[in-house]
Amino acid sequence: MIEIKNVTKAYDKAVVVDGVTLQIPAGGITSIIGPNGAGKSTLLSMISRLLPMNGGQVLVDGLDVTTTAGDVLARRLSILRQDNHIGSRLTVRDLVTFGRYPYSKGRPTVEDLKHVRMALQYLNLESMSERFLDELSGGQRQRAFVAMVLCQDTDYVLMDEPLNNLDMKHAVAMMKILRRAADELHKTIVLVLHDVNFASCYSDYIVAMKDGKIACHGSPYDIINANVMCNVYEIDVAVQDIDGKRIAIYYT
Amino acid sequence: MSLDTFLSSSSTTTKRPRRLTFSRPAKRLFFLGLLVAGVITLFMTLNSRGNWDFVIPFRGTKILALVLVSYAVAVSTVLFQTVSGNRILAPSIMGFDALYVLIQTVLVFALGAHAASTLNPQLRFVMEVAIMVLFAGLLYRWLFGGTRRSLHLLLLVGIIFGVLFRSTAGMMQRLIDPNEFAVLQDMLFASFNSFDRNLLWVSAALIVGGSVVLWRIGHTFDILALGRETAVNLGLNFQRTVTIILIVIAIFVSVSTALVGPVTFFGLLVANLAYQVAGTYKHRWILPFAVGLSILFLVGGQMVVESLFSFNTSLSIVVEFLGGIVFIVLLIRGVGR
Repeated sequence: MIEIKNVTKAYDKAVVVDGVTLQIPAGGITSIIGPNGAGKSTLLSMISRLLPMNGGQVLVDGLDVTTTAGDVLARRLSILRQDNHIGSRLTVRDLVTFGRYPYSKGRPTVEDLKHVRMALQYLNLESMSERFLDELSGGQRQRAFVAMVLCQDTDYVLMDEPLNNLDMKHAVAMMKILRRAADELHKTIVLVLHDVNFASCYSDYIVAMKDGKIACHGSPYDIINANVMCNVYEIDVAVQDIDGKRIAIYYT
Repeated sequence: MSLDTFLSSSSTTTKRPRRLTFSRPAKRLFFLGLLVAGVITLFMTLNSRGNWDFVIPFRGTKILALVLVSYAVAVSTVLFQTVSGNRILAPSIMGFDALYVLIQTVLVFALGAHAASTLNPQLRFVMEVAIMVLFAGLLYRWLFGGTRRSLHLLLLVGIIFGVLFRSTAGMMQRLIDPNEFAVLQDMLFASFNSFDRNLLWVSAALIVGGSVVLWRIGHTFDILALGRETAVNLGLNFQRTVTIILIVIAIFVSVSTALVGPVTFFGLLVANLAYQVAGTYKHRWILPFAVGLSILFLVGGQMVVESLFSFNTSLSIVVEFLGGIVFIVLLIRGVGR
């Protein structure tokens, strides 16, 4: 379980995340939704200790993220940000092997290489494992990064807009992979998503944020409804049940 | 259930294409090593006319100085590029060596030439290095300790720092007493032809010390190259590691600047060549390649300057000329992005 207690982040006087208290249950996919500037990514960055917080505390399985040693936490929790520019010219396999660093400190053992092979297999990257990252399409590169994070083999996987720059086909494929990882590998996956319908169709739990605060949280069924959507996004949203999924229609 | 247990049932042994990249850099490094050994032997024996009692210690110390400088410049540049996340910056471009010259000047300015010249040169050197580490640590930590900054900002800051340090040093040199200036000039006139022999052993000790520190954190270099966020995700104490590396860089730059004076573009030249020649991103290979190439160029270059041009040109001019061209080419090609 991830426990977020009264976490605050402010730049000078602009408060970005304002005293958020939240418990993210272990297991399943939790999606954080909300308009731009609601503080979703900032909250995710603080949970994953990429960004220091001004106040409050985040506990991952009881470990305080600001005081726990980096490598201990790196075996529990992994984070993938949206733009991952890497200066070095790496192959897919090199990148995925880095996922074992918290365990092997740069000297991968046979056991580590087995994990690498499995992660490549899981994301169907074996055929391109020797290709360089800059030779891949956006969707393939994204998959390579997800493979690295899975190879890190942490119970908690945090992703900031994993669907960014992916077309329909690749976005659906990515969500299916994440759903599989949650179901089969029993990972706890926390996503920041912009597309509320992906959140609705694939998450177990949705957290809606607005103006640095939690607007509401609950199951997709509770959150994806016209009232909540209008309140959070401040536009007219119609919500319909289609094949047992709640779909928000907000395009016109 | 972990990924491991899930897949162990479904995964059969899939054949992985064998990689040859591992042995290729090793082979190349071996050839580079041979070349370096050859050029050092040549340097020691060329035109020696059998006068070994004089030649061995005289050229030996020269070789030692050149090797120390080569090593310091190569390692500091490669690691600086790793920390700053691009391939077109070097400590000297960011004003590290200008800072060292400023510290030397301020020391003479503050203590007076008499104190500065009677002070044990080794002690003075260590003092300068200590101050350098302190200031470089403070100045450059905020630049590189946090999130990665844009290359444009870094270049701009580097140019401004460089000009600031150089012109402050220049102003102080004009203000001080001409006699004191003569003492200072003596310190600043270090070059490949007239390096400061007093400092050789202290320099060697500092380099060895710094290298031990680097060796112990060597496994972090490849991770650092992935950028701050990925490095933190993989459990690296980013701020601490970067600070340690910047401190060692400050020491190495002090050593090379004290021995032979500022060299701006040379590190850039060897670091980029090392990446080209080694054909891998792994620091385990890049660092020895950079050091080897660096020794090859400096020792070979010095030999050419001594025997071909009979000291009529300075090695630093040749090296800077080539390095400067590489820098411009890199800027145009936008390698750093």
